[in-house]
Amino acid sequence: MTDHTTTDDAPSDDRSFDDSAPDGGMPVSTASVDAALESLDDDGLTGYNYAYLDEHTKREVRRSMLKAVAIPGHQVPYASRPMPLARGWGTGGIQASLSLLGPEDRFKVIDQGADESVNAANIRRLAETTAEVETTTDTTDADLIQSRHRIPEEVLTAGQRLVLQVPITDALRKVDPSDAANRRRHAHKNYGKMWVHLYENVVEYGEINIASRYPTMVAGRYLMDPSPIPRWDVPKLDDADHLTVLAAGREARIYAVPPHTAVEPLAFEDRDFTVERFPEQACHACGSTDTYLVEVSEESADEDGFETRYACNDSSFCRKRRENPELPKDHHLDREGVDWGPETPDGDASTAQRGGSE
Amino acid sequence: MTLLEAENLQTRYGPGCSQCIASTGDGAGTNQCPHCDTVVACAEADLGVEAGEVLGIVGESGSGKSSLAELLALERDEDATTAGEVRYAGHDGNLLDVDYETRHALRTGEIALVHQHIRDGLNLEFTGGGNVAEKLLSAGNRSYEDVRDRVRTLFEATEIPLARMDDPASTYSGGMQRRVQIARALATDPDLIVLDEPTTGLDVSVQARVLDMFRRVQREEGVAAIVVSHDLSVVRLLADRTLVMRHGRIVESGLTDRVMEDPHHEYTQTLINSVI
Ligand SMILES: Nc1ncnc2c1ncn2[C@@H]1O[C@H](COP(=O)(O)OP(=O)(O)O)[C@@H](O)[C@H]1O
Ligand SMILES: [Mg+2]
Ligand SMILES: [Zn+2]
Repeated sequence: MTDHTTTDDAPSDDRSFDDSAPDGGMPVSTASVDAALESLDDDGLTGYNYAYLDEHTKREVRRSMLKAVAIPGHQVPYASRPMPLARGWGTGGIQASLSLLGPEDRFKVIDQGADESVNAANIRRLAETTAEVETTTDTTDADLIQSRHRIPEEVLTAGQRLVLQVPITDALRKVDPSDAANRRRHAHKNYGKMWVHLYENVVEYGEINIASRYPTMVAGRYLMDPSPIPRWDVPKLDDADHLTVLAAGREARIYAVPPHTAVEPLAFEDRDFTVERFPEQACHACGSTDTYLVEVSEESADEDGFETRYACNDSSFCRKRRENPELPKDHHLDREGVDWGPETPDGDASTAQRGGSE
Repeated sequence: MTLLEAENLQTRYGPGCSQCIASTGDGAGTNQCPHCDTVVACAEADLGVEAGEVLGIVGESGSGKSSLAELLALERDEDATTAGEVRYAGHDGNLLDVDYETRHALRTGEIALVHQHIRDGLNLEFTGGGNVAEKLLSAGNRSYEDVRDRVRTLFEATEIPLARMDDPASTYSGGMQRRVQIARALATDPDLIVLDEPTTGLDVSVQARVLDMFRRVQREEGVAAIVVSHDLSVVRLLADRTLVMRHGRIVESGLTDRVMEDPHHEYTQTLINSVI
C-alpha cells in the first residue's frame, strides 16, 4: 500500500491537460518527427540549422537560462518556438536541451523514469539527427539529461545538466488562477495563501498530502513548482552538484536551480515534509527497497486476470541493480555516502532521510 | 499613550486643482470641486487615537468615512490621490510613505482592517479557520499546532461554533463571516483595529450580537479601535470619542456622550434627531 491518494495532480495525469495547448505555435503530432526528419536533406542539414533551432533562438534561450541561474527559482520568459512535437510533450525541455547541446555531448531522455517510451525516443532521435549527439540510457554516462516527472536514482554530478519538462510553471496557481496577482506575490515573497493551502491539507488529511508539484522554496526567496516529480525526488535538488533547468514550452518560461542552492519543500515545524512510503515493498525485478517504486499491473498465471506488483520507476538503474543488487546510488563517485534522495543504502542514516524542517 | 496621530489627511479622486479645497467641504455644501470635478473624499482631517480607545466616525453615506478609515489602516486605493501624515507609536516617519514590505508588516501585525464588504476581506473558498490562519501564517508562524490553537481561541472569543471551523467560509452566514473577519483582524494581537460599517448586510438581531461581542473582545484584548458607521447607534454603543463627517470634512468631534447630548454642529443635531 502506498499513499498515492492525492489532493493534486498525480504524476501521470497532466498529459490531457497539456494537450489542450491554448496559445502560441501549432501543435504537431509526435508522428511528424518522422516527417520533419525525412524532409532533412540526406547530405546533412540543408534548410535546418545545427540542433534544429537557429543560432539566434538558441542564444535567446541560453540568455534566459543565464538569467534563471542568476535568480534561482524565478520564472524567466523566453520566446518559445513551435517544435515538431505536440505541446505538452516536452517542447520547452527540447528547446532548452537543443540550446545547450554540442556535438561532444551525450544525451539521455527519460519519460516518467523510462528511456523506452515513444516520446523519449522521439526527442532522442530529434537530437541525434539534428545535433549529431550520441545518446545513452545510462545516467552516469550522460552529459545532459532531459526528463519528465523524475530525477534519476543515481547521483548527478557537477559536470551534468538536468532539464526538467514543466507543464505548469507557477506553484501559486494552485491557490489563485490569476498570474498577475501571483507575480505580485512572488515580487513581495508573499506566500501566505500557499501556507493556508498546506494548513488546510493537514486539517483534512492529518499531514501534508501533495503528491507532486510540491511547493518548494529556492534559496530562501522564490517559491517554485519543481515540475511533476514525486516528493521522493525533491530533496535531490537541495545543495545538488548539478545544474537543473526547468523549461515550459506552452507557458514559455524557464527557471533554474543552480548547483549548491538551498531547496526547501514547504512544511510546518511540527508537520514535516515526507516522501512517498512503500512499506514492505521491493522491486519485483531487482529487489530494490530504496528506489521510487510504481505499481505495475501484469497478467498473472492464474485465470482471474491481473496481479499488481511493484517495480523501480527508473528503468535504467533497475537494469543495473538486476546485475548487481548491492550497487549504491553513488557507485560512480569517488566519495561514499552521498546524500541523494531517501534512504541511500550506504548513506549516513541521519542524513539519508531529509525532511522539510531542516 | 497616543497610538496614532494623523494630520491633514486627504483623499481625492480626480486631477485636482488649486481651488479644490476652498471649493469643497461643509461650507461649500459639496465634496466635488466645481472647477475640476475632482471628488475630495476627505480633507483637512486631523485626529488622534489613544491606546485601547475606541474612536467612532459617523456621517451619512458618501461623507468620506471609508476614505479616511482606509488611510488610517494604510489601505491603498489605486484610483485615489492621497496626502497627509500618519504617525504611529514605535515607528519613525510618515506611515503613508513607507515601502511595501513595511506596510505589509504593519498591516499583518499591528493595524488590522475589517472591510465594509466581506468579499474584500475574506477568501470564501478557504475554510473559516483557514482565513484566520492566513494572518498567522503570513506573519511567519510555522507551527501547525500553534496556529490551530490560536484559531480555536479566536473562534471561541468571537463566538463562532468550533464545529464550523473547517467548513468553507462560503457556507457561513453573514453574521459568521463578519465574526471571522473580526477573528482574523485580532489574530496577530494588533494594537489597532479599523472596523468599517460592522453591521452592513446583517439582520438587526444579528447586528446587536456582533456589536456586543466586539465590545467585549475589544475590552478584553485592550485593542484600540476606529469604528466607522453611518448608524449613530453603532457609534454610540462602541465609541469613547466620536468624529462627525460631512462633505469630506470632520465637522464635529468630542466625547461620544457630549456629542450625543450637546451637539454643537447643526448637522449633528439633525443626525441625532433623525435617529430619535
Ligand atoms: N474609487 C472611487 N472613485 C471615485 N470616487 C470615489 C471612489 N471611492 C469613493 N469615492 C467618492 O468619495 C466620496 C467619499 O466616499 P466614501 O469614503 O466611501 O464615503 P462613506 O464611507 O462615508 O460612504 C464619495 O463621494 C464617493 O462617491
Ligand atoms: Mg463607507
Ligand atoms: Zn479642483
